[in-house]
Amino acid sequence: MSSLVLIEPNDELSLQAITLAQSLGGDVRAVTIDGPYAPSAWAVSLVEAAGTDHIVAPGSDRGNEVLAHIAAQLDLPMAANVTEVRGDEVTRQRWGGTLLEEVRLHAERQLLSAAPFAFAPSDAPDAETLHPDLSGAVQVVEQVVPDSGGISLADAKVVVSGGRGVGSSEGFAILEELAALLEGAVGCSRVVTSAGWRPHTDQVGQTGTKVSPDLYIACGISGATQHIAGCKGAKKLLAINDDPEATIFNHADYAVIGNLHEIVPAITAELRKARGQ
Amino acid sequence: VNIAVCIKRVPETGARITLTADEQEIDTSYLGFTISPHEECAVEEALRLVERHGGTTTAVTLGPPAAAEQLQNAVAMGIESALLLETERSDWDPQATAAALAETLRDGGYDLLLFGNESADSGGYQVGIRVAYALDLPIVTGVKGITVADGRARLEQEVATGMDVYDVSLPAIVTVKEGLNLPRYPSVPAKLRANRKPVDAKPVERPASRLEKLRLVVPEGQGKQAEILGHGADAAPAVVEVLQKLGIA
Repeated sequence: MSSLVLIEPNDELSLQAITLAQSLGGDVRAVTIDGPYAPSAWAVSLVEAAGTDHIVAPGSDRGNEVLAHIAAQLDLPMAANVTEVRGDEVTRQRWGGTLLEEVRLHAERQLLSAAPFAFAPSDAPDAETLHPDLSGAVQVVEQVVPDSGGISLADAKVVVSGGRGVGSSEGFAILEELAALLEGAVGCSRVVTSAGWRPHTDQVGQTGTKVSPDLYIACGISGATQHIAGCKGAKKLLAINDDPEATIFNHADYAVIGNLHEIVPAITAELRKARGQ
Repeated sequence: VNIAVCIKRVPETGARITLTADEQEIDTSYLGFTISPHEECAVEEALRLVERHGGTTTAVTLGPPAAAEQLQNAVAMGIESALLLETERSDWDPQATAAALAETLRDGGYDLLLFGNESADSGGYQVGIRVAYALDLPIVTGVKGITVADGRARLEQEVATGMDVYDVSLPAIVTVKEGLNLPRYPSVPAKLRANRKPVDAKPVERPASRLEKLRLVVPEGQGKQAEILGHGADAAPAVVEVLQKLGIA
């Protein structure tokens, strides 16, 4: 059976969704949608365009949202964040990808979103553009763009992140200094935002921002699944922790064991020395 | 505003996930349980909205008898009434969960139904949306800011570029994300009072699953072997060498 894929412009997750659709066999048609974001109306136009085909969406907030609208409109099951398909059996992510689940879909057609970074991106396809009827649909009425203050956590090439081991809001000064030197952003774990040491916008994790920097430096972070779900996209991970048994080391490429309050300033100083500053 | 908050009981997984022998559940022998994080913020938001505008608050969950604990947690935070849709097996698929919740919420006279954007454990991204279709109500997801006035809600949804703003008439369904607020800790006396108060429970029958769980699998690659660069501040030169090798320093 052929499948229809929702793609968004300049979106890597969309290209990964196409690869998932190709793994279903059959023809793959890509569509983009013109006009303001209105998930229920987008879903209606996709349902119309799909006929009886499978429908695949990227595993982004929008992809999952539009697909859930489609599932509700058609009263069909939907599998979010899929990593593999074998006929009517599907593997999907739970717990932000730190656990997998094999499920059987009891439906004549499949509604699937592709788990981020579980599939290689396909080449950008020729896509048909849909023009949904927005009348009566809940839609965006205003967009607020904040004054950009430095490098955003989601886009940073280097993230210097702190956990319980940092000990206080003031303790983050040494992380900020290192991050500034590396032109990176500061992140933190959920313990830190729950304690009120940093705003939630700095939180990396399953319920925070999911990051994919070249280097993630985890300082005083134990490595709970909640946190790993947010930083497992990092290309390299350096963990600094005084507990040699900390789980974070099982996810790290590089480890420094000891007190972060001594190690982080030492790295900053060494870096300055190497640069002749 | 009369508000219902739908919450889910999930284990506090900590660092390493181990499964039961039949691969159907996480082994929770040594784990506590909590309200799924997004929904804890939904509970807090319901309390704040009612503190500001007046009205009632109800917490609802679908789950095993033990899920009464999470309803009691919500009551300890300040929620007035609680309802458990009691199941025999813990894992209903999202379609079945949404159908049972919609049936219960349909005639509740609520102005606002709050859900988490996705549950911490199964992460299906769909229960709130399915309930919205069943009840023919407007829905906005992923919300990190709620303002209620004159029978309408202004809702802020976080996107890569900032915030997308929606404006809907009530009654409506809103799914929220952590970061909307910082949930309060209930006081010890409030917890004791909540634990003494029995939770209303209504048994529900599980329909055949259309997204049928076969087994859980712990993904490979958790036992990475890190290269130890050193101990304490003496490791700094080795770290800088790595930064240079990665082209970062």
